[in-house]
Amino acid sequence: MVHRSHHDMGGLDAGPVDLDEHAHVHWEKRTDAIMRLVSDKNRQIITVDELRRGIEQIGPNVYDEMSYYERWITSVTNNLLEKGTITVDELGRKMNDVEARWQADGATKA
Amino acid sequence: MSNTPSHEHNHSHSHSHDHNNPDDPLYNSHGEHPYQPDSEDTPYEHHQVMAEAVGELLIEKGVITADELRGMIELIDSKSPAEGTRVIARAWTDPEFKARVMVNVNDAAEELGIDPGTIPIRAVENTDSVHNVIVCTLCSCYPRLLIGVPPDWYKSRSYRSRVVHEPRTVLKEFGTEISLETEVCVHDSTADLRYMVIPKRPDGTEGMNEDELAALVTRDSMIGVTTL
Repeated sequence: MVHRSHHDMGGLDAGPVDLDEHAHVHWEKRTDAIMRLVSDKNRQIITVDELRRGIEQIGPNVYDEMSYYERWITSVTNNLLEKGTITVDELGRKMNDVEARWQADGATKA
Repeated sequence: MSNTPSHEHNHSHSHSHDHNNPDDPLYNSHGEHPYQPDSEDTPYEHHQVMAEAVGELLIEKGVITADELRGMIELIDSKSPAEGTRVIARAWTDPEFKARVMVNVNDAAEELGIDPGTIPIRAVENTDSVHNVIVCTLCSCYPRLLIGVPPDWYKSRSYRSRVVHEPRTVLKEFGTEISLETEVCVHDSTADLRYMVIPKRPDGTEGMNEDELAALVTRDSMIGVTTL
């Protein structure tokens, strides 16, 4: 019996298809754009296969809780950390800066 | 959609940052959390902050430029099913073009000035005897450069799991009933090969020009969950 990973869901049972669609918000497009840029032929920092591996490594429960682009930014960030393009320290500092700035602005970001 | 929280993406929620979650990029197995943001106290969603922060870091480090990032977001916004509909309308009206589409969608799209990207796209044609549907059971592979970003349901657990073993039932959820005389053929896309459905040209459109025909073609008909 071949082990089936949780992203490999073809043929399993599931509920009805929810036909609701949401318009992609800015941070989702930003995530997509970052991936396309770091994977382009000039940079080649992350391949599509590495993006997928990063998504498939997300634990089964978290995978289902996360939205699509939450999985993407998680994988892109993990790949950039693994390759040393950014460090966890830089990321933590920058995320604190961004949150502080947004809170100071009082703006709703989406 | 079953695997995507249906909330708006502008507020925090409980899974947003689990300090003990090994999937989290800030998780450190040595227990060190150098500058761990305390996201429970913020109205901003953890991943949204991460996307902002990663972009800013890449710009500061000169890996990408702010102009490239802006330009790429504009490019993503500019892609829509419209480019795919032009390929379909031309294929309906020009048998020689259609023959080239069936051999190589990417080359044929380039003839129309469309950049379909480098990943091969294979056309599958609906006829009276076969109705085609596309899916990516493993993730979300989709001919994005021809028909835009995939809809939420295309990436959902329900669609990905079920359309390969009960396609007729899934199609009914889209309001599509395929005659039992017609075979339903489901194509599972991969990172290296994507598909696009060529819908059946509707009856009574013989007098229409290419632009009018293109306007009839919908995104969902090119995925194969609806007919025209």
